[in-house]
Amino acid sequence: MYQVGTLVKELSDKYGRERKSLMPILQEIVHKHNYLTDEAMVEVAKELDISAAEVYGTASFYTFLDTTLKGKYVIRVCKTITCSMKGKTDIIHILEDILKIKVGETTPDRQFSLVETNCIGWCHKAPAILINDMPYTELTPEKVTDIIKGYMRK
Amino acid sequence: MKNKGLNKVDLIFEKIDSKEVLEKVYKMTPAGIVQGVLDSGLKGRGGAGFPTGLKWKYTAAEKETVKYVVCNADEGEPGTFKDREILDRVSYKVYGGMLIAGKAIGAQTGIVYLRGEYRYLLPKLLIELDAFNKQIKEIGFDFNIEFRMGSGAYICGEESALFESIEGKRGEPRNKPPYPTTSGVFDKPTSINNVETLVTAMMIMAHGAEKFVQLGTKDSRGSKVFSVSGDTPTPGIFELELGMAVQHFVDEFGDGDTKAVQVGGASGFCVPRKKFTETIIGFEGVPTGGSMKLFNSSRSMYNVLHNYLDFFAEESCGQCTPCRIGCQQLLKGIEKVKKGEVQSTYLNELVKLADTMKIAAKCGLGQSVGNAFKSIVGNFREEIIY
Repeated sequence: MYQVGTLVKELSDKYGRERKSLMPILQEIVHKHNYLTDEAMVEVAKELDISAAEVYGTASFYTFLDTTLKGKYVIRVCKTITCSMKGKTDIIHILEDILKIKVGETTPDRQFSLVETNCIGWCHKAPAILINDMPYTELTPEKVTDIIKGYMRK
Repeated sequence: MKNKGLNKVDLIFEKIDSKEVLEKVYKMTPAGIVQGVLDSGLKGRGGAGFPTGLKWKYTAAEKETVKYVVCNADEGEPGTFKDREILDRVSYKVYGGMLIAGKAIGAQTGIVYLRGEYRYLLPKLLIELDAFNKQIKEIGFDFNIEFRMGSGAYICGEESALFESIEGKRGEPRNKPPYPTTSGVFDKPTSINNVETLVTAMMIMAHGAEKFVQLGTKDSRGSKVFSVSGDTPTPGIFELELGMAVQHFVDEFGDGDTKAVQVGGASGFCVPRKKFTETIIGFEGVPTGGSMKLFNSSRSMYNVLHNYLDFFAEESCGQCTPCRIGCQQLLKGIEKVKKGEVQSTYLNELVKLADTMKIAAKCGLGQSVGNAFKSIVGNFREEIIY
């Protein structure tokens, strides 16, 4: 477990302690540690001198600022119309098979989380997914299997 | 109606000597820049289509010393991916457009609000920003650009929600007025422009308003970048002159069996085959931020509508009741009709609800849910019921 207090102080030094600093701080915590723990949100509130409810209220508004446990690699499968037309369901099935989890779940070793997401801007190369920040496009069950196996070896 | 047909254009991605253009701009007056953009007839390329020159003129007229240029790169409309491609390929023109806007309105700071889904682009964009900064410093400009990231909320593409997000809050749209030109981000006068609008402004500075006016129609000047997807053999990004009929578009991009084109994404309009010839793509017909989705006869329009409503129900910020409840009820409503739990005339009640949302919802999200809903239900009623 990381030292949440130290990290939040570092990030507050980097981004400032104003209200406008909140999003960059929360984004970097998620970037480094996959999701926001209650403890992290309380620390941010203390550091910025705002209520923890304000921090939670803001974080919970944004899909990518997860406030529940997420794995090291969050796989977001686009479910919007073009990806849906071009085989999103097959991609979900193969991911569920490989990872042995359902959509919305995290693997017991906390390596992978599988979620669905709205349009990620790759409709011309559907179906597409994001793994953390990286987009993967024009997927087939074979291609997505190779990609996940690559991540498993990391 | 007479229209222009399909003409491919190369302005947005055209390679230009950015330094030469910016040196020219350096010698121009703010009023001269605003006049140039007014003369071009450029309207915002994000979808809403507000005249860019007017936006700059109003912001320039404000007496505040601190003003902002915001580049809206929170491209989230289903079926739109042009801004990602523009940022990826010609970010120097985006930065250039921001600088030009800054000079026009009297702002020293520009903020790019980039959607979280495009975060992978950030390292590259920052390197390119360094090069840009070096170049404008040599010319003598004093302008600073910074990046702010989104975190997966479609609503933050709405200008006032985007400001709230930059300020570190929930991305909930504000009441208007005041408009951003008076009170935008950090309550300062702000010109917020779409990525493509800024690039187009730079190209107008490069080639002159006259050349731009020659393209397009009276209501829709110029060309724009279209994001083409769905049932098409050639998905991708295409820059086309405005003013063509949907039929011309389908002739070029269709697979021979196109039954409908959704113009403008989930918040746009569905054009059925029988209206392809009479419908112009532009502000005089169906306006679009560039999203063009083609559906062939193998697709169920019920599934399309269901997908859109599911999208809106999730992305509604929940602040105002017409949108929060309306999106959910429209979604549940078409499910009930499909299952036969209610009579098909229930669709008429749902259309009334969509009309109410248009009047009563606080922002563009709730107001435009009815566009897709009514145009799909209106043209493909049997597919929704059976």
